Amino acid sequence: MNELIIKNGIVFDPLNNIKDEKKDICIRDGKIVDDVKNPKILDVNGLLVFPGGVDGHSHIAGAKVNSGRLIRPEDGRRSLKPKTSITMPSSGYSVKNVFSEGYDYSIMGYTTVVEPAMPPLSAIHTHEELRDIPMLDKLSLTLFGFNWFVMGYVSRGEIDKLAAYVAWMLKRTRGYGIKIVNPGGGENWKWGKNVDSLDDQVIHFGVTPREILNDLMKVNEILDLPHPIHVHTNKLGQPGNYNITVDTMKLASGFETQRGREPLHITHVMFSSYGGENWKTFDSKADEIAREVNSNKFITVDVGQLMFGDTTTMTADGYLEFNLQKLTGFKWSNSDTELETGGGVTPVIYSPTVPVNVIQWAIGLEAALLINDPYQVWLTTDHPNGAPLTRYPEIISLLMSKEKREKEILQVNNAVNKRAILPSLDREYEWNEIAIITRAAQANSYQLRDKGHLGIGADADVTIFDIKPNEIDPSKDYDKVEKAFSAAKYTIKGGEIVVKDGQIVKVVSGKTYWTNAEFDEYYELIEDDLKDWFANYYTVNLDNYGVNDVYLTNPCMIRTNPTIGSRVRLA
Amino acid sequence: MIIKNVVCPFCGSLCDDLTVEVEGNEIKNVDNTCKLGYNKIVGYSHGRIEAPLIRDKEGLKEISYDKAIDEAAKILCNARRPLMYGWSSTTCEAIEKGIELAIKIGSLIDQTATVCHGPTTLGIQEEGKPSCTLGEVKNRADLVIYWGCNPFHAHPRHMGRYSTFTKGYFTNKGRKDRKIIVVDVRESDTSKVADIFLKIEPGSDYKIINALTSIIIGNGDILPEEIGGISKDRLEYIAGEMVNANFGIVFFGLGVTMTGVKDKNIGSLSRLVKELNRNTKFSLMPMRGHYNVSGAGNVFTWLTGFPYAIDLSRGYAYYNPGETTANDVLARKEVDAILVVASDPVAHFVNPSIRRLAEIPLIAIEPYTSATTELADLIIPVAISGIEADGTAYRMDEIPIRVKKFIDSKFKSDLEILTDIINRIDRYE
Repeated sequence: MNELIIKNGIVFDPLNNIKDEKKDICIRDGKIVDDVKNPKILDVNGLLVFPGGVDGHSHIAGAKVNSGRLIRPEDGRRSLKPKTSITMPSSGYSVKNVFSEGYDYSIMGYTTVVEPAMPPLSAIHTHEELRDIPMLDKLSLTLFGFNWFVMGYVSRGEIDKLAAYVAWMLKRTRGYGIKIVNPGGGENWKWGKNVDSLDDQVIHFGVTPREILNDLMKVNEILDLPHPIHVHTNKLGQPGNYNITVDTMKLASGFETQRGREPLHITHVMFSSYGGENWKTFDSKADEIAREVNSNKFITVDVGQLMFGDTTTMTADGYLEFNLQKLTGFKWSNSDTELETGGGVTPVIYSPTVPVNVIQWAIGLEAALLINDPYQVWLTTDHPNGAPLTRYPEIISLLMSKEKREKEILQVNNAVNKRAILPSLDREYEWNEIAIITRAAQANSYQLRDKGHLGIGADADVTIFDIKPNEIDPSKDYDKVEKAFSAAKYTIKGGEIVVKDGQIVKVVSGKTYWTNAEFDEYYELIEDDLKDWFANYYTVNLDNYGVNDVYLTNPCMIRTNPTIGSRVRLA
Repeated sequence: MIIKNVVCPFCGSLCDDLTVEVEGNEIKNVDNTCKLGYNKIVGYSHGRIEAPLIRDKEGLKEISYDKAIDEAAKILCNARRPLMYGWSSTTCEAIEKGIELAIKIGSLIDQTATVCHGPTTLGIQEEGKPSCTLGEVKNRADLVIYWGCNPFHAHPRHMGRYSTFTKGYFTNKGRKDRKIIVVDVRESDTSKVADIFLKIEPGSDYKIINALTSIIIGNGDILPEEIGGISKDRLEYIAGEMVNANFGIVFFGLGVTMTGVKDKNIGSLSRLVKELNRNTKFSLMPMRGHYNVSGAGNVFTWLTGFPYAIDLSRGYAYYNPGETTANDVLARKEVDAILVVASDPVAHFVNPSIRRLAEIPLIAIEPYTSATTELADLIIPVAISGIEADGTAYRMDEIPIRVKKFIDSKFKSDLEILTDIINRIDRYE
């Protein structure tokens, strides 16, 4: 029996309504329990205690990430760290090697991370990298937004087959949920084009982004998947795109779900909250976006905060990366994937002197400050698109301190005063709200019942920060806040102390979650289509397609209860 | 027993539709394969090294496997500047283990791209890699350019399966729906099936690529009347074909990467493709040689941050091609021991490197006699990945496919041998 008690911490555990309470936490064999007999004692006298961090959207594994590493040796050289007696060598600032990803997250107190864009055809690659990332529990979302099977079934109104296909694909790729990037538009990019509204047609397939989103949202419900459809909106990164974002959010309005979860998540909303008609008239529409979120309980968003500096952008939205590259002239990679998806990578430098970048920076903070319910807005940087994951502590201090924001605003281009509203916002996040946007909201949205809280039975993933919440004022002592969140006093993963005083002290390998939504005769529904399309249009055989458990560390299957007419969950 | 959908462990095309007939533990026949794949698979048992061998004054002498692992561990531990080289013809799992070993002993590690598509990597690091999967080419490409490569012989099923003769969704007439252009310095069997063959002067690729870019961005007026043996009119015609294609692709080989200005060729090719994407859809793809050379680059990159030529002696990954590339460290006589896995550097390296290879302890993990085993001081025979061992390999378009094991072997796999060496080193420490 392996027991531990964390004594005298100031605990914030929003999912269990524990807020600013001096409380002991008991751990036995990797789980939170109500009492322990002969534990190791960790007296953290007055320090801040949170559940382990959960990042619901961070590009950490797979073809795109590796493509970023490949084209950017200059980034790889930025954070070289030698091996130690227990850790492997680290490299990279925005595109880190797998070891560095695990260590850096763990040092900041994160214990669970979601890779949000897995191309099915290279799913093995995503899982090979996930397998090699230490310290973290991992999930990945499978890309469906402009998949030929999906568009075919949508155009023919074959929702049963669509559901069967999604269930089959999640199993084959060991994916957790449905990711939709630039619905339909990605297929048009394969001819060098895109879509401009929810009702534009996809070339040849005769479907619209609206139809794809609606049907996949229905399928998500039919299959009883734990997570909402996770959407990267159309026209992302283009001036004036807030309209299509609001339109997309309205698709979910009134859509009730059995699990009581939201049906739709809009990811890295900063990139989708742009006003203006071009880059010259570009302005913030975070207020419009927040107004929709505040009045629409059927959606969640994550921020996708941008921070100034050099980073690498990467997405399955190839059109976006190509356009970004046209602005910067930097190197650019593209990877269209047959029948399924696409992707692009290009570096970017966000400058505090460039009006557009400054407004982008403001938009993310505005969205976080204007959305009332912290459960509806998770903190992300869309690592590494808005900023590398290591910038989270700085963002937390910005959210907690108006004074810090005012100081920053003085340093940046004046456009922030004219075309953004950040300077007028007074809200300051409290500790409890920070615990929600970095932990509870994301665990809730992924319905990871053992994560993001410290109730009895939860996984013993705990972070203790070297800061006494009752002795400092985060709105004044923002530097201390940033420092504390940069390096946890302790990170406890599965009941074991893995980080102490900001240093890795034990290397562990986490679990990989995936969703099994198989139902009666689901394969028979799509078997002929699969055989036909694989034989004629794919270049990989159906038999050789997909991932098996060999590639997963500690695979953890989540069974759902799909119902399609009389067909139910496969026994 | 008939085994279907077997993956061919020969070239970067990684065809996964082979049918193998196995009787007992013997391969009787292979279908759906080219000559290269057929010979590798059917002939897998010929000329194998049967037992671990160590060299003393009288020549090579058999030793036990256990003793061989012991010797390998000793050589690596005693070396001050070891190099681990090869990796393109084994599985990603073995490559991962190799990098673990390199990190452990603080070794240099390099892979065969260093003498192959290494310049492609450098070009990509300058300009990026606008690319796609082979199925995109199959389904969409109406213009296919083969530049400095000869798939007809080097990747025999490439044109049939992926790029020229195959029928796809938007190319249902196959060859008739596509225009084929070959650019090369000499006629080849590939150029014979092309619609247009541009026979260029050797070493003029860089000029011609940039001339095409100039025409496409509207600066053609500055060009001379003839470039690299091709008239300006003809280049304008080619540029027109590129711009007017709905979906074009350039496949390029060592004729571009290893001639003239090498990596600059690839950088400018990438820039050309980038410019073309302002008008239409265009991609490029290196014709990778060994079946898992693409996987070697990928595994190196996600584990260390860099694709090849890595020096781990400082405890972190130091990457500086030209300094840390295998040929450079060998020619400078820095390296004092080498472990070769799944490749034959003695047959491919430059003379000063080979001289150094002859001077230092050389461990070869190798199934067959090769130029490298002729110089080796310790040879550990190994199961052949993709026939006698399974694991992951990456096709030339970076698509991972699991290669199969369909024959039992008395030999251990690369992965197992490397694991044994690591465990033996642990015991010494």
